[in-house]
Amino acid sequence: MEKFAPVKRSEDGQPVRYLIVDDSVFARKNLARMVETFGGQVIGEAGDGVTAISEYDRLTPDIVLMDITMPQMEGIEAAEKIVRDHPSARIVMVSSVGYQENIVAALQRGARHFVQKPVKPEVLYEVIKYVMRDDTVTALGAGAGA
Amino acid sequence: MRMELIQPFINATDAVLAQGLDSPVSIENLSMDEEAYRRRGIAAEVCLIGEIEGRIIFDVDLPTAVQLATRLAGMEVSETDDLVREAVCELANQVIGNAVTSLNDQGFHFHVHPPTLHTSEQGSKGSEDTEALVMCFNTSSGNVFMNVALRHHCRQAVERTAVAG
Repeated sequence: MEKFAPVKRSEDGQPVRYLIVDDSVFARKNLARMVETFGGQVIGEAGDGVTAISEYDRLTPDIVLMDITMPQMEGIEAAEKIVRDHPSARIVMVSSVGYQENIVAALQRGARHFVQKPVKPEVLYEVIKYVMRDDTVTALGAGAGA
Repeated sequence: MRMELIQPFINATDAVLAQGLDSPVSIENLSMDEEAYRRRGIAAEVCLIGEIEGRIIFDVDLPTAVQLATRLAGMEVSETDDLVREAVCELANQVIGNAVTSLNDQGFHFHVHPPTLHTSEQGSKGSEDTEALVMCFNTSSGNVFMNVALRHHCRQAVERTAVAG
């Protein structure tokens, strides 16, 4: 896997903390591996929207990577509930179902961005830097794929 | 079966597998299946509900599934590892999700259920309005089969056209 300049929180220089939400264990592992190459730390995982909400309340991660099609509660509804209780929550939808209505619905309900599966690491890296832009520092002189 | 419903699945399979495996993919065979579906190995099923209804089964034999999982996970995966099944489900999710995206952007509206493992040896037969099309894709990790049985609700489509017009 490519190497990326670590993205750190500007307030304390600590790694960005992630909650990964996907009903596929395989997808969660792949995303976890990817964000670790960005210097991030996975602090929690959830396999459905209901668990995602409780894990967000418990962990308050810096960023949530959220699938859409999941059992019990889908990702867009979970994102809406999380943002209602935590308006500053940064949620990035990560789904293979990326038609326009879905993307618009996710953004209207509070998601900050959308990444379509299969996820390209360099795309996710840029999205994370963008979503965290006010609260992160990236090592100087190194960019995606550096 | 209408080709406009099938082409997005062919395109999505080609794109997702080629990206994930970092090697070219080709269609080896395409045929209508009049018999009941018989599982080849590890199979993931996705159901669609709405203007287009039916199911798609993504099916690979075990050695191919192990190779796919190993390539996609970037580490050795053994055939007893649950990750092999998870990898097949996730591949199905990505292929079908991308195809559904394309169909929705063409104006077909329906809902997709999360993939589930198809564990029975045999499934139901296609009928006159739910023909099953079987596609075989040749990849560097082995053959990947996709069995598509979809029904298009013409009445809703006519209404859609009328509203659009």
